[in-house]
Amino acid sequence: MEFKITMPRKRRELYNKEICACSIFGAMNRDGERFTGAGVMKAIANMHVRGNGLGGGFAAYGIYPEHKDYYAFHLMFTGGSAEARMAAKRDFDPYLYENFDVVFDEEIPHRDESTVSDPPLVWRYFVTPNKKGDDAALPDEDYIVAKIMHVNTQIDNAYVFSSGKNMGCFKGVGYPEEIGEYFMLDRLYQAYTWTVHGRFPTNTQAWWGGAHPFSLLDTTVVHNGEISSYGTNRWYLEMYGYACTLQTDTEVIAYAADLLMRRQRLPIELVAKILAPPIWNSIDRMNEKEKKLLTTLRMVYGPLLMNGPFSIIIGQTGKMIGLTDRIRLRPLTAATRGPMFYLSSEEASIRLISPELDSVWTPNGGEPVIGELNNIA
Amino acid sequence: MDAVEVDATNLATKELNDRLRELMLSGVEKVVLRNVCGQRYIGTRLYTPEHRKMDIEIYGTPGNDLAAFLFGHNIRVHANAQDGVGNTMDHGEIVVEGRAGDVLGFSMRGGKIFVRDSVGYRTALHMKEYEDKKPVVVIGGTSQDFLGEYMAGGIVILLGLGGKPHKGNFLGTGMHGGVIYLRGTVDKTQVGGQVDISPLNDADKEIVDHYVSEFVQRFPDLGIGKEEILKSDFIRLSAKSKRPYVKLYA
Repeated sequence: MEFKITMPRKRRELYNKEICACSIFGAMNRDGERFTGAGVMKAIANMHVRGNGLGGGFAAYGIYPEHKDYYAFHLMFTGGSAEARMAAKRDFDPYLYENFDVVFDEEIPHRDESTVSDPPLVWRYFVTPNKKGDDAALPDEDYIVAKIMHVNTQIDNAYVFSSGKNMGCFKGVGYPEEIGEYFMLDRLYQAYTWTVHGRFPTNTQAWWGGAHPFSLLDTTVVHNGEISSYGTNRWYLEMYGYACTLQTDTEVIAYAADLLMRRQRLPIELVAKILAPPIWNSIDRMNEKEKKLLTTLRMVYGPLLMNGPFSIIIGQTGKMIGLTDRIRLRPLTAATRGPMFYLSSEEASIRLISPELDSVWTPNGGEPVIGELNNIA
Repeated sequence: MDAVEVDATNLATKELNDRLRELMLSGVEKVVLRNVCGQRYIGTRLYTPEHRKMDIEIYGTPGNDLAAFLFGHNIRVHANAQDGVGNTMDHGEIVVEGRAGDVLGFSMRGGKIFVRDSVGYRTALHMKEYEDKKPVVVIGGTSQDFLGEYMAGGIVILLGLGGKPHKGNFLGTGMHGGVIYLRGTVDKTQVGGQVDISPLNDADKEIVDHYVSEFVQRFPDLGIGKEEILKSDFIRLSAKSKRPYVKLYA
């Protein structure tokens, strides 16, 4: 018998993806003194090769002292044309004005001559909740989270990407230093904490909403790595009213932090053990008390375990937290100099803006490093 | 011949390494790099068929994969080093006057690395040896987790200076060759299931003696004598089997 069948041969493209990594950086003045974004822009630019120009963003704390008692909503209106973007804003505005009192709003200043591609319309509103009916019983923050989820899922082309008090996120498609220049972060803003991210998108397409940081209220997350448990995590978070709409895995960390730290009021030390629990082998070696705690956390919060390699910087009012996965598959270096606290993917970036350091270390996997304001007013 | 100075300020990784290669090819034997800040692969592209050698001194913080594939050169870093020092290094010597990050000596197949302070995760990951090529890593401080993971050959010495206890876990996980000498002690729960912990025999002591002398010579500023280091006990971590997964995959 003769076989005449040959397997179809398909010429494949050579696999030429440049394997790289994201970059993350954070700088905090623990005395609460504020500084411009110039330094962190320089620091993240020094890790240029870790990103590929498809995402960059910043979170800045303490930037709106003149409106510090109002929630600062940063809105992104997307669409193929200026009219489409304005139309998205026209869809959004009535919803906002119906549910909030708006004390001030404006387009976020930017440099039109900048090189970033396809920028959306980015607007900020300073608001206070206007709760009516059944909503009146809700705490402000729960009310706001519910409204944000409504906007992000129900209003086309409108995304609330920043919503805390006296803080704000700035992000987009480009290298982080380009995004910084686009929003003029080195000139217009002073913050006591800056976190920043240079993106190398691995699994999803780059778009402005998908850049880091991801945030909800005053919690922001920048992330290097990937969350392979994203599916499990997002279904779990959906049960608590969080809708993942931004097409990037990191979004789940921001919502998990909001659920665990704001709503359930767990301290970061415990939250770290939920997001990055020790492996069972290590739990077996612990004393009975620890074993019971860690086992319970794994049972109760199993679906919030962030599987996969990550290093993250979580920003909150008065706090900056660094954390890596339990076996530290992504880098994170911490350093201090007087009141300054730094976190970075690479030490060189810290040295670039602070050549002398009091201490430099690489935190253990799964163990959070925390910088806090010395006097929280 | 005098050393050639290179100001690395604002030089990209490729520009800096191009410059190093030009200098080597023009016969320069000693280079001092100033203001290094994160440039990667320093010392990597310096192979020549005639085996030219350079001494490279680095001021500032070198970037990842310092001395990857290093071919016989001597590098001294007057600062901390980042991740991936000596990645797949062939021969030569690296001295770090500070700490180093993760995966130092990854797949290293020859040469020596001396680090004054401690190192991060996965040091000597899959380090290997063949006949007379035997890589050596000496760490003044201690290491974080997964030291000697999948280690296949070579020597790692951890001195625990300054009374630093060895808190790293998963030491030697998957180890199937080579040896780790550790000054001080570890609990058996800290090491991988494939690892034997034993006291040093005379041959081991000779090896440790030799490389501790070399370590002390390279860091005179530490002000510690060899005898002081050697009077504490060491332990030896080595592979139980050359084929740790034979039962798993056979």
